[in-house]
Amino acid sequence: MSYFEFLGQYGDRILSGTLVTMLLTVLATLLAVAVALAAGLMRMSRNGFVSGVATVYIEIFRGTSLLVQLYWIFFVLPLFGITLEKFTAGFVAVGMNLGAYGAELVRGAILSVPKGQWEAALALNMSPARRMRRVILPQALLIMLPSWGNLLIELLKGTALVALIAVADLMFQVKQINGTTFLSAQTFGTALIIYYVIARFMITPFMRWLERFMQRMVGRA
Amino acid sequence: MFDWRWDFTIEILPRLIVATGNTLLAAGLGYAIAVVLGLVFALAQRTPSRALTFVVREAIEFIRSTPLVLQIFFVFYVGPQFGLRLSPWTAGMIAIGLHYASYLSEVYRGGLDSVPKGQWEAATSLNLSTARTYFRVVIPQALPPSLAGMGNYLVGIFKDTPMLSVIGVAELMHTATAIGSETYRFLEPYTLVGLIFLAISLPTAAGIRVFERWVRRKLGLS
Amino acid sequence: MTDEDLSGFPLALEGPDVPMVSFRKVSKRYGELVVLDALDLDVAEGEMVTIIGPSGSGKTTVLRMLMTLETINGGVIYVDGKPLTHMPQNGRLVRANARHLRRMRSNIGMCFQHFNLFPHMTALENCMEGPVHVLGMPKKDARARAEELLEMVGMADKRNQHPSRLSGGQQQRVAIARALAMRPKVMLFDEVTSALDPEVIGEVTNVIRQLVAKHNLTMLMVTHQMGFAKDISDRICFFFGGRIEEQGTPEDLFGNPQKERTQQFLSAVKEAA
Repeated sequence: MSYFEFLGQYGDRILSGTLVTMLLTVLATLLAVAVALAAGLMRMSRNGFVSGVATVYIEIFRGTSLLVQLYWIFFVLPLFGITLEKFTAGFVAVGMNLGAYGAELVRGAILSVPKGQWEAALALNMSPARRMRRVILPQALLIMLPSWGNLLIELLKGTALVALIAVADLMFQVKQINGTTFLSAQTFGTALIIYYVIARFMITPFMRWLERFMQRMVGRA
Repeated sequence: MFDWRWDFTIEILPRLIVATGNTLLAAGLGYAIAVVLGLVFALAQRTPSRALTFVVREAIEFIRSTPLVLQIFFVFYVGPQFGLRLSPWTAGMIAIGLHYASYLSEVYRGGLDSVPKGQWEAATSLNLSTARTYFRVVIPQALPPSLAGMGNYLVGIFKDTPMLSVIGVAELMHTATAIGSETYRFLEPYTLVGLIFLAISLPTAAGIRVFERWVRRKLGLS
Repeated sequence: MTDEDLSGFPLALEGPDVPMVSFRKVSKRYGELVVLDALDLDVAEGEMVTIIGPSGSGKTTVLRMLMTLETINGGVIYVDGKPLTHMPQNGRLVRANARHLRRMRSNIGMCFQHFNLFPHMTALENCMEGPVHVLGMPKKDARARAEELLEMVGMADKRNQHPSRLSGGQQQRVAIARALAMRPKVMLFDEVTSALDPEVIGEVTNVIRQLVAKHNLTMLMVTHQMGFAKDISDRICFFFGGRIEEQGTPEDLFGNPQKERTQQFLSAVKEAA
């Protein structure tokens, strides 16, 4: 059948898979950002225990692969009493994995804020919490935004793995379709193009817009 | 509930160790392909041909923006659709090699760009050929800044080998899943896999930092 | 620039007193900005010409174009009578291709303001690289020549050091040896002392003095060291706005500048000294 016929017949399944992928990406992003901020800040704490916990989390999630983590969360966690249904397991694994990389971005960005800013805040007698919230973090946010753009694309790519625990995302749908039709070029090719479009024409422009928005808020654009 | 069986652990360990060998082999081969191919991609973007540069750039962007697991499926299944049979290993190496070559080409690009313009000019003033300029002057100076990125991707390739399990390559993850399906016990296999990955990736990452310093010294750059 | 009219330019310069370097109506533009405007400049064999002038006057561009580091937008440059930037084809001059440039380039050597030594090679290796891989000299001969030149610039004892271990003045001297190893007919010095601490400037200027005294090299130099320029140059060219405003022997130009801009520049420089 021609490509158009193919799209006509399977288009709705591909579309539904795409929507699931996008939803997973958004949820995983929210989780990753929260975890990255928490772990990044904890890593900078002077309390040995607090920074130790963060370090362990970061090293484990960066030192093992997402697939291993996904399988572990879905197959092994239930033995510890935590049973997540597969959609949740999916975005939790992706979020926790990329949150670990994000934590390093957060830490690096906070350390890149010029020392003079810390000193000025101290001179104004700001408490550490207020100093972080009002002075350091806003500037750190701006520094880390470009790298977060790359991270989001990695996150999008990571969601594809949830197909392996049978979550009905784009990857899963095209695998199914390929299983019955064997039209591999059309199925996998279409999926590749959709991921590319989301990454290049949705995520990247969004991040650029976000950068400009933040620069305006900080008064720099 | 949580009941770790040590006897089972010892029983499955040999099989997992053998599978680890396969994983390391896959990672090593894939990385070797990616290192060389990545350099080709990076140099292809420096030719005067605008068309070639454009095509290579777009291809790299496309590969980097799409999931590796999907690319693996694509390479493995599209071949047979047009009559070309690829073994899981071959398909896997091609997919991983291409994928990581795209990443590495960006690392090389950064390294090449970091070489000061004056070095290129000095090479011109001595009338060195283009090949000599690249191999004797520019690439040795582009290497140290590239090593950190190259090291990261070595660890990255190693961690991505589990994706090859989806097309049946008998690496670590695949073996663990097989054990789990056979025995209905996933706790030990998957935990061991995680530990083995940690045991290899963490020291490798540290070793890369040491290697970077050694290369800098050897080239007389610090 | 392919439809430029090059019919007025000869395929080669002939005759008994052919200049070693000849700029004929050479122009250079960066977009709207005109850096050099139909420049005519001849340098005789063995002559030492120093170019002075305010920044942006096009002085460095002259050297860089001669070293083929920049392309030209108009006119032709000749070296030893043969065209450099263009080449003869079917009885006409056309833009030089890469092969022609490589052939002609071996006549020119250059020393840069920031030395540009290869940091991952020793001083000796820096001086051997060109001779071995471009001139095809056997390693033994190249090493002997390199050591001879390093001896001449006073860097023989540091021949196995990497540039990072050498001071600025030492690096520049090695750079001079490296350029000389290629046996160029023309040597270019682009502000070679501008990046040096004052106390080591003398090391480098002494080496250049030696070169002028003992060798018959044709040299072009851009510098801010007026006293030094006056001492060793055969001719000084004062550049302004992409053209030669005035030129003459050092005595004439420094002692009796004719044009107002020359006078202004020289008095400003004297105040700064």
